[in-house]
Amino acid sequence: MRIEALFLIGVAAFFGLVGLIYWFWGYEQSGTAMLLGTTLLGLLPGTYYFWWSRRMKPRPEDRSDASIEDGAGVIGSFPDSSVWPFVLGMGLFLVVLSIVFGLWLLAPGFALVISAAVGVTVESRRGGTV
Amino acid sequence: MTTLVERPVVHAEHPEHHEGPTGLLKWMTSTDHKVIGMNYIVTSLVMFFFAGIMALVIRTQLTVPSGAVVSNQQFNELFTMHGSLMLYLFAGPFAFGGLANYIVPLQVGAPDMAFPRLNALSYWLYLSGSITMMLGFMVAGGAAAFGWVAYAPLSEATFSPGSGPDLWILALALTGFSAIFTGVNLVTTIFYLRAPGMTMFRMPIFTWNMLVTAILILIAFPVLTAAVVMLFCDRHFGTHIYTVQGGGVPVLYQNLFWFFGHPEVYILALPYFGIATEVIPVFSRKPLFGYKGMAFATMSIAALSTGVWAHHMFTTGTVLLPFFSLLSLLIAVPTGIKFFNWIGTMWRGSIVFGTPMLFSIGFLFAFLMGGLTGVMLASPPIDFVTHDTYFVVAHFHQVLFGSAVFAGFSGLYFWYPKFFGRMYNETLGKLHFWFLFIGFWVTFMPQYELGLKGMPRRVATYPAGLGWQNLNIVSTVGAFIIGFSFVFFLVNLWVSWRKPVPAGDNPWDAHALEWFATSPPVHHNFTKLPPVRSERPVWDFHHPDARTIEHGHNGHGQLVGTGAGPRQD
Repeated sequence: MRIEALFLIGVAAFFGLVGLIYWFWGYEQSGTAMLLGTTLLGLLPGTYYFWWSRRMKPRPEDRSDASIEDGAGVIGSFPDSSVWPFVLGMGLFLVVLSIVFGLWLLAPGFALVISAAVGVTVESRRGGTV
Repeated sequence: MTTLVERPVVHAEHPEHHEGPTGLLKWMTSTDHKVIGMNYIVTSLVMFFFAGIMALVIRTQLTVPSGAVVSNQQFNELFTMHGSLMLYLFAGPFAFGGLANYIVPLQVGAPDMAFPRLNALSYWLYLSGSITMMLGFMVAGGAAAFGWVAYAPLSEATFSPGSGPDLWILALALTGFSAIFTGVNLVTTIFYLRAPGMTMFRMPIFTWNMLVTAILILIAFPVLTAAVVMLFCDRHFGTHIYTVQGGGVPVLYQNLFWFFGHPEVYILALPYFGIATEVIPVFSRKPLFGYKGMAFATMSIAALSTGVWAHHMFTTGTVLLPFFSLLSLLIAVPTGIKFFNWIGTMWRGSIVFGTPMLFSIGFLFAFLMGGLTGVMLASPPIDFVTHDTYFVVAHFHQVLFGSAVFAGFSGLYFWYPKFFGRMYNETLGKLHFWFLFIGFWVTFMPQYELGLKGMPRRVATYPAGLGWQNLNIVSTVGAFIIGFSFVFFLVNLWVSWRKPVPAGDNPWDAHALEWFATSPPVHHNFTKLPPVRSERPVWDFHHPDARTIEHGHNGHGQLVGTGAGPRQD
C-alpha cells in the first residue's frame, strides 16, 4: 500500500511544484487552475492510502516474500454476466442522441437508464456480498 | 448472478466450471474482461480500417495539384474524421480498452477487473460514441470538418453549423466517460487485485505503463469533456466562453484542449511502449535491462507530458515559450533512457526475429525518427517556421504510426496465441511487416521535405509549379503500400481461422503471468499460480536453474546475460 500511496503523492508533489513555477513565471490562470486540479487528484487518494498504509499490516501483494497460499481465501464477488451495463449504455446513447435527433428520444433513454439502475441494484442484492 | 472467487492455490486440480450465455447474448451480457477486451480490439480495428480508407482518399486527392476526387468540404470532413477516428476511437481504445483490459488482469494474477460491470459499461459507451461520431456522415451538412482539435471559433455555430459537429462533440463526451471509467477500473485492479508476492516493482512494465496511462487519463479526459461541453453551450445556449463578441477568450479553448491533448498523445504512446517492453526481452531471451529505469522513465514521461500542453500553441503568441520549450525538450531524456534500455535488452541476447519482434524493432526506428523531429519542433524558432506545415504532419504520423500501428500490431501478434489458442502464419506476418515498414518510410519521409518547402497541412488543393507534386505522388504510393500490407494481416486471420495450428499455453517461453494461464484463459483466468519472486515469474517457474536475479540495493551480483541461452527444459 505504501508504494501505491507514494506513487500518488508523487503525482501531487510534481504538479504542485510545476504549478508554482508556472504561476510565478507566467501568471496564466487556466493552466495554473488545471495544474492545481491535478495536484489535488494525486493528493486526495494519495494521503488516504498513506494514512492507511501506516495503520495496516502489509498485504501479501506488498510483501516480496509472500507465497500464493498467503493470499488464500475469498478475493471478492465478481458478476458472471449482466445485461444491465448494456441497457445503461444504450440508455445513455439515446439520451445523448436526443440532443441532436429530437427530445422524444429522452423517453426511451431515461426508461432504459432507470431500469438499469434498478436492475443493477436488485442484481447486486440477490448476488450476495457485493 | 455473482460468484465468490477464491485465490487459486498452487496446482489446484479442478478448473472452475462455468456455463454462461453464448453467441450474441454472450457479447451483450458478458462482464468477463477477456470478452470485453476482445470487443474493444475488434471495434477499434474496424475504426482503424475506416480511418485508413479515409487516409487513402485524402492521399489520392493530393496526388495532383488540383485533385477532384472530393470537394473541399468533403476533404475537410475526411481529414477531421480520419484524425478523430484514429486518435479517439482506434489508438487509445485499442491499447487502453482492448489490450489492457485483456492483459493487465492476467499479468497481475487477478480473476477479472475490479469492477466488471463498470468495465462492460465502458465498452458500451465507447461503442455508442463510435457510432455517434460516424453518424455525422449520415446527417445533412455532413460530418464535423474543423480538424480533430475543433479549435474555437471555427467550431462555433457560426462557422460550423449543422448537427455533424454536435454529434462529434457528443461522441467525445461518451468516449471520454468510457476512458475515465476504464482508467478508474485499471488503477483499482492494479492496486488491489495483484497476486501475493507481486509487489509494485515486480509488475511487468506493460502493467506499469497502463497504470501510468490510467492516471494520465484521469488527469486529461475530464478537462476535454469540460472543454467540449462548454463548446456545446457556446453553440446552442448562447454562452460566449470562446467567442470574442461576448467577451470570451478563443485561446482558452486551445489551452483546455491541449491540456487534454498533449497527455492524450502519451496516453496513445505509453501503452505501446509497454508492448515493446514486453516483446523485446522475450524475443531477446533475456530479462529486461534496467527494469526500474523503465518504470521511472515512464513516470517521468507522463509527468512532463502534462506540463507541455502549450507547445502546440507557440504561434498564438500568448504562451510562456521558455517554460514549455524547456519541459518539451526534457521529455527526450526519459525517452532516451527507454531507447537505451531497449537496446541494452537486445545487446548480447539470442534474438529471435519473430513477427512481434520485427514489429517492435520497426517501432523503435519509426518512433526514433518521429521523436527526433519532435525535439526539433520543441524549439520555438523551428516551430514558428514549420507550424501547420507537412513537417508537423510527418512528425506526428511517425510518432503515432510508430507506436499505435507498429507496436500495436506487435502486441496483437505477440498475444494472438493467448487470445485464440492458435498460431498465426509467420510468413504472412513477416510479409505484413515488410510491406508496412517500406510503405511507412515512403509515405512520411517526403512529407518532411514538403513541409520544409512550405506546403501547409489541411489543404485540398495546392498550386502547381512549386515542386510539391512529385513528393506528393511518392507519399501517395507509400500510403497504398501501407494499405496493401493489411491484406496480409486479414489473410493471416482467415488462414488461422480455417486451418488452426494449436499454440499451447506459452509458445514464446515468455515471462509474465498471462503465459501461465491456458490459451485462451478460462473464466476467472487462473486455476493455479506460480510463486512470484521476480518480474519474470513464469520464466523462473519453467527455468529453475536460470532464475531471474533480484534487482535492488544488493543487485551488484547480476550476471551478464542471465537467463539467456537455449531453452532449458
